[in-house]
Amino acid sequence: MSRAFLSVENLSVNFPTSDGIVRATDDLSYTLERGQTLGIVGESGSGKSVSSSAILGLHRNTNAHVSGAIWFGGTNLLALSDDEMRERRGKEVAMIFQDPLSALHPYYRVGDQISEAHLAHNRVSKRAARARTIEMLARVGIPQPDRRVDDYPHQFSGGMRQRVMIAMALINDPVLLIADEPTTALDVTVQAQILDLLQDLQKEFDTALIMITHDLGVIAEIADDVLVMYAGRAVEYGSARALLSQPAMPYTWGLIQSIPDVSRSVDLPLRPIPGNPPSLLNQPAGCPFYARCDYSKFVADNRCATELPELAPASYGHLKRCHLKEELSVYDTQLAVVETGAN
Amino acid sequence: MIAFAIRRILVGIVLLLAMVLVVFVLFFAAGNPARDVCGKYCTPQKLANITQVYGYDKPITYQFGQFVKGLAVGRDYPVDDKYREALQKSNPSLVIHCDAPCLGYSLRSAITVNDAIAKYAPVTISIAVYAFIIWIVFGVLFGVIAAVFKGKWLDRVIVGVTLVVYALPTFFVGTFLLQFIAIRWKLFPYPRYVSIADGGVFNWLIGLTLPAMTLALFYMAAYVRITRAFVLESLSEDYIRTARAKGLTERVVLFKHGLRAALTPLLSMAGLDFAALLAGAVITEAVFSYQGLGLLAVISNRNSDLPILIGLVIVAGAAVLAANIIVDILYAFVDPRVRLS
Ligand SMILES: Nc1ncnc2c1ncn2[C@@H]1O[C@H](COP(=O)(O)OP(=O)(O)OP(=O)(O)O)[C@@H](O)[C@H]1O
Ligand SMILES: [Mg+2]
Repeated sequence: MSRAFLSVENLSVNFPTSDGIVRATDDLSYTLERGQTLGIVGESGSGKSVSSSAILGLHRNTNAHVSGAIWFGGTNLLALSDDEMRERRGKEVAMIFQDPLSALHPYYRVGDQISEAHLAHNRVSKRAARARTIEMLARVGIPQPDRRVDDYPHQFSGGMRQRVMIAMALINDPVLLIADEPTTALDVTVQAQILDLLQDLQKEFDTALIMITHDLGVIAEIADDVLVMYAGRAVEYGSARALLSQPAMPYTWGLIQSIPDVSRSVDLPLRPIPGNPPSLLNQPAGCPFYARCDYSKFVADNRCATELPELAPASYGHLKRCHLKEELSVYDTQLAVVETGAN
Repeated sequence: MIAFAIRRILVGIVLLLAMVLVVFVLFFAAGNPARDVCGKYCTPQKLANITQVYGYDKPITYQFGQFVKGLAVGRDYPVDDKYREALQKSNPSLVIHCDAPCLGYSLRSAITVNDAIAKYAPVTISIAVYAFIIWIVFGVLFGVIAAVFKGKWLDRVIVGVTLVVYALPTFFVGTFLLQFIAIRWKLFPYPRYVSIADGGVFNWLIGLTLPAMTLALFYMAAYVRITRAFVLESLSEDYIRTARAKGLTERVVLFKHGLRAALTPLLSMAGLDFAALLAGAVITEAVFSYQGLGLLAVISNRNSDLPILIGLVIVAGAAVLAANIIVDILYAFVDPRVRLS
């Protein structure tokens, strides 16, 4: 069996702390092909950033324990030496980080920070790298790039900084791009521009894209596949169409219900998921969502409290981690909302 | 940028004048300095004469004005114009000119405050600068090493040693270096201040080493810990993760991205601590019996030599202010966010 372009297999990331082991990512598996987009959604703290940074090997300099395998272009990234991993970072695999404010170095000019990424992987002159940087700044829609290239990060607005991050990530034409909530800090119009930009660039370079977001609207717009994460685990995973039209477990329903969406019908009130995710320290036996789930009473023998559900196929052709029987998935009506959002 | 520097300097001058005023008022509360030199057989007539000749009978506002004028353009002593002109004819060597910035005249020691300070300052400044260099170089070096090897044995050793050193009083370190390293074990020549003019640069440095080490050790220990904390903080910043994600080598990540942000705030701290270091030099000078400003302060205090004490306070204040201004301007140079705002 040939592997997918990117195949994350049984990935776990644990942080040993003085209070115990934090299981930030637990037994996570997914695949992604070139030119495709995987959306990862989940509440804050569900392990989206931690699991994705593992692909770049960013846990290598920390005390984190990473296990499993990340197959990418025929090699297991987790088995590479630090130097081999470093050669791929920023070249084949690039990442746009969550907070463009703190992700840029305050003391260096943005142009120098971008061209540094180019110089790290290409034998070119500084002049050539600078020219390439200006070209990239123009590509990501920064006006007067030949002037702005010498500015410092604090002279850019939030949206512009995010564009700078994108230019930096794309300067070496990576084949895999991880965008960690690239639009969260931005207002709606800028958000839409950035998404368009990412999609254009993806098309041009046939890049595989992992889009991390809280926003199911973004997922509906650009994702081919969706991975829903909860407490470090995948709880639902499949094609965006199937998953968004027929979500199969209560946590995903909750996520869908909690998006403010002007197009949603009036009789479906906006309802945030009550309660908080469990601590990633001593995770309870049973389903991690049990404490917040309104549907566990429909499951026999109190299994939700005692037994962790498997990630198993739901009848709609995608995977779900839930004991609930299909016929109890009564939410079909309101899911039309998301579908309309998608079109 | 230049406007910023000028503004900063002007504010500094105003602050300095305010400080001079406060010191001046305190000085007045301490009594008439003429009494100190009136001597054993002081008659009211003689006292009144001295008081008048040196201008201590004038209102405080007038005296303050004269003092500030002296700071700006210099002054001649005795200050009473008629008396001085007469003296100029009869005995010109008794008329003393004090160049700007004139800090006053000590009747007691028959010397201008400027000359007194100029005589004792080189020792103190030499020790302080030497100590500053030791402390910054080794403090930052060990701090960075500890941060890079955080949690490893090297880090533990460095942190442990600095904890101990940090707790040692300066006079103890000084006495130890003097009694054991220099006298008992003879690992180092007996510390003696030799000016560059007398013994050349090498002997000058040798003479300064033990006092400078005494003074530097405490600050060095503090800076190891501060540097370590700053570097660790900087290395946990998001932009470090960005630097790694670009595929930069660990060396570039640490030295270019990590240290730049960690050492910049250290700059401002070091500037301010240098001013305080001048004060710390007093104890060190006492331990090694060096003739520095510390000794001058002790002698002047014993003699109630108020003009010199005032001069010392003003010089110390000016040093702190100057350090502040220099640090602010340097900071604006290294941090683009300050420079461009
Ligand atoms: N170095 C670390 N040591 C201990 N715990 C950590 C560490 N890094 C992350 N975690 C924990 O791992 C969990 C997952 O974090 P992660 O940043 O992946 O969340 P996220 O899904 O990206 O959330 P958000 O939407 O807020 O970005 C969090 O509970 C976090 O506290
Ligand atoms: Mg995150």
